[in-house]
Amino acid sequence: MIKLTNLTKRYGNFTAVDGINLEVPRGELFGFLGPNGAGKTTTLRMIAGILRPTSGKVEVGGVDVVTSPVAAKSKLGFIPDRPFIYEKLTGGEFLRFVAGLYDQHGPEIEHRGTELLALFDLEAWRDEMVESYSHGMRQKLIIASAFVHRPEVIVVDEPMVGLDPKAARILKDLFKEYTRRGHTIMMSTHTLEVAEAMCDRIGIIQGGVIRACGTMDDLRAHAESGMDGLEQIFLRLTGENAARALVDVLDA
Amino acid sequence: MPDEGATGAATPLPDPSTAHLLSPKWLTARAHRESGRRARTIFLLVFGLLFWAFIYLMLYRLLSYLQKTPEIGTLIAGKVLGLILAGFFSILLLSNVITALSSFFLARDLDLLASAPVDWLKFYVAKVIETLVNSSWMVLLLAIPMFAAYGVVFSGGLLFPLIVLATFVPFLVVPTVIGSAVTLLLVTVFPARRARDILSVIAVLAAGGLVVLFRLLRPERLARPEGFKSLVEFVTLLRGPTSPLLPSEWMQRAVMSWLSGRPQLLPYYLLWSTAAAAVVLGALTHRWLYPIGFSKAQESAQRWAPSGPVSRLGHRLLAPFGIVRRELVLKEVKLFFRDTTQWSQLILLAVLVLVYVFNIKFLPIGGQGVSFFLANVVPFLNLVLAGFVLASVAARFIFPGISLEGRTWWLLRSSPLPMRDLLWSKFWVGTLPLLALALLIVGVTDYLMQVSVFMFVVSTLTIALMTLAIGGLAIGMGTLFPRFETENAAQIPTSFGGLVFMMSAIALIGLVVILEAKPVYTYLGARAFGTAGDLVEMVAGFGLAAAVCIATTVIPVTVALRRLERLER
Repeated sequence: MIKLTNLTKRYGNFTAVDGINLEVPRGELFGFLGPNGAGKTTTLRMIAGILRPTSGKVEVGGVDVVTSPVAAKSKLGFIPDRPFIYEKLTGGEFLRFVAGLYDQHGPEIEHRGTELLALFDLEAWRDEMVESYSHGMRQKLIIASAFVHRPEVIVVDEPMVGLDPKAARILKDLFKEYTRRGHTIMMSTHTLEVAEAMCDRIGIIQGGVIRACGTMDDLRAHAESGMDGLEQIFLRLTGENAARALVDVLDA
Repeated sequence: MPDEGATGAATPLPDPSTAHLLSPKWLTARAHRESGRRARTIFLLVFGLLFWAFIYLMLYRLLSYLQKTPEIGTLIAGKVLGLILAGFFSILLLSNVITALSSFFLARDLDLLASAPVDWLKFYVAKVIETLVNSSWMVLLLAIPMFAAYGVVFSGGLLFPLIVLATFVPFLVVPTVIGSAVTLLLVTVFPARRARDILSVIAVLAAGGLVVLFRLLRPERLARPEGFKSLVEFVTLLRGPTSPLLPSEWMQRAVMSWLSGRPQLLPYYLLWSTAAAAVVLGALTHRWLYPIGFSKAQESAQRWAPSGPVSRLGHRLLAPFGIVRRELVLKEVKLFFRDTTQWSQLILLAVLVLVYVFNIKFLPIGGQGVSFFLANVVPFLNLVLAGFVLASVAARFIFPGISLEGRTWWLLRSSPLPMRDLLWSKFWVGTLPLLALALLIVGVTDYLMQVSVFMFVVSTLTIALMTLAIGGLAIGMGTLFPRFETENAAQIPTSFGGLVFMMSAIALIGLVVILEAKPVYTYLGARAFGTAGDLVEMVAGFGLAAAVCIATTVIPVTVALRRLERLER
C-alpha cells in the first residue's frame, strides 16, 4: 500500500532521509521509530505529499505521490504532530470542510462526522469554535478528520501526544480495527510500549537511514538481544551511551 | 510570578534583569536581520529614505512658506505641530492598548516567564518596553523627518535633536503605560480573547470616528484666514492651547518655545513628571491586577457557532461550483466574518470611502463656468485615486490569503485539493467584494460629478478590469512573498512582499491610466473643440490597457500556482 524507493530528502548539505526503501502492505499497522531528528517526520510528510523528495519515489496504493498527487492523496489521511487547525471553524464545520477536500459531502458524511465526534467525546463541542478547544481536543478532532473520508492509508505522526488515557485507548482500538478491515496505517511514535503492543512491524530510523525493520522477533534477532523488550532493542540499535552520559552529567 | 520574601536563607534568589528578559526579542530581531537577504535590506533602506525625503520636503516647503508669513506664520506652524502630535498621541493610545494585549497576555513567551522566578517590577518594565517599541516604531519613523524639517526651517541648532529626544521619550512612555493599564483593566473583566475582539472594534470605531470628525471640521479652513471675521479672532484661535491637558500640547510648547528662541521649562516638568507618575501608578496597578488578569487570560471565551440559515443558503448557492470549491469558499467567508480583527477593519474602510466621496462632492467642478473638458478629465484622474484605495484594500484583505494558510498547510497539502482551486477560490472570494466596492466608488463619484456617458463607460470598464488585475497581483505576490509565521493578519501587508505588491499595483494603475489618457484626450478634444477623433488610436489605447489588465490578472496567479505546487513547509 505504501512503497518507498530510494527515498531521499536533503536540506542544503544536510541529508534528513537517505535512500530509504520500505514497503508497508495492505492491512498492516507499521510503527516508525527513531530518536529526535532521525528523519521520521520528514519521511511521513513526504508520504503525505507535503514535502517533495529530493530523489526517489513514494507510492500510495500504487500511485506516485509526486507525479499523480491528487490521485495518491485521495487514498490518504494524514495526522500531524502539531494540531494547528482553523481557529474560527467549529468542530462540525472542520470535519465537513475536510470531507469536502476529498470531494465528499451529504448526509452520510454528516452522520459519520457525528459518530466520530461522539467516539472522541467531542459531540457536545460540535458547534463550538476550535479556538476554545484544548490541545488534546484539537488532536482528537484532527484524528477524527483523518477518518472522516475513509482513507485506504493513514499516516500518523505522534498520535498519542496530548491525548487523555481514554482517548489513547480508543485510538489504539480504532487503529487495530481499521487495519483488521484491510486499511493501512503508518505511525511514528516515541511511546515504545504502544508501538510494541500495537504494530505488526516496526522500522527504526536513525540519521535518515533505516537501521532495522521487521516484527519484534526480527528486531530481537537483528539486535542480538534475546527476549528484550522494544526499549532495550531501540537503545541498542540507536546507541547505548545515553545512560552513561546521564550519569556523567548528574555527577558533574 | 514568584512570591516576595519566600526564601530559604543561604542561597540568594535568582533575579534575572530586565535586559535579560528582553534579550530574546533583541536576539530574534538580530537573527532576522542577519538572515535577511542583502538586496531586500537595501531595497527597504532606499524606500525608507525616499519616504523620509518625501515627508521632509513636503513639510520643509510648507514650513518655509509659513516662516515667511509675518505675525501668524510661526503660530500656524506651532498649531500644525500640535495637531500632528495630538494625532500621534491618539494613535499611540489605541495602538498601545492593542499591543499590550499581545505582549502582556497573549505572547508565546508568557508561560515561560510566568513560571520563572522573575521579579514583578522587572517583568513589568520589560513588557512596557516591548509594548512601547512594538506600538511606537511607526510614529517614531514619521517623527524623524518631521522634526528634521522643523529644526532646519526654524534653525533649531545642534542641540535641537536633544530637545526633541528629551520631550519625545516621555511623550511615548505616557500612552504606553496608560494603554497597558487600560488593557489590564479590560482583561480582568473579559477573557483575553474576547477582550481582543472588543478592543479591535473599539479601536477601529475610534479611528473611524476621528477621521470623520477631522474631515467634517474641514481643517483646510485654517489655511484661509479670510473665512474668519477678523485677524484678531484668527490670531486668538492660533495662540490658544488646543488641548492644555494633553502631553502633545506640552511637547509642542517645549519644541516651539525652543525654536522661537524663548525656551520654557514647564513643558519638560509636565512631560517627565507625568511619565514618571504614570509608570509608578501603572506598575502598582500591574502588581495588583496582573496575576488576576493573567490567570483570566488563560480562559477561553465560549464561542458557539451553530449552523444557521445563512450557512445553508451559502451551501445551496455555491452547489454548482462543486464540493471542493464550495467548501473552500464557505471556509474563507466564515473565517473572515468570525474574526473580529478582520471584519472590524471594514468599518474603517467604509469611513475612508465616505470621506473620499465627501471630498469628491465638494470638488468645485460641477455647475456653471467649468469646462466640459475639465469636468471629464477629473473623473478620469479619479480612477487613479479609486485604484489606490482598491490596492490598499487588496493589500489588507487579499494579499495575506495564502500566508494565513501557513499553519494549516499540512491539511491542504496532504489532501487531494488541486492548488489551482485553492488559489482561484481565494482570488474570487477576495476580488468579487472588491469589484463591488470599486463599481460603487466609481459609480457614485461619477454620478456626483455628472460625467458624460462616454466617461462613465470608460471609467466603469477600466475600474472593473483594474480590480481584477489588482486581485491577481495581490494573490500572486501574497504567494510569492508569504509570511507563514505571522499570527496577526494585519502585519502581513506591511511586510516586504506587501510593499512590492503596493508598488506593482501603483505601477499598474499608472500604466493603465497612461495608456488610456491619449484616446480619452482625443475623444474629449473632439467633443469640446469639434476636432476629428481617431478610432485606431482609441482601439489601440483601450485595447492595450485591457490587455495589460488581463495579463496582470492571469500571469501572477499562474506564477503563484507554480510556486504553490512546489511549496514545502
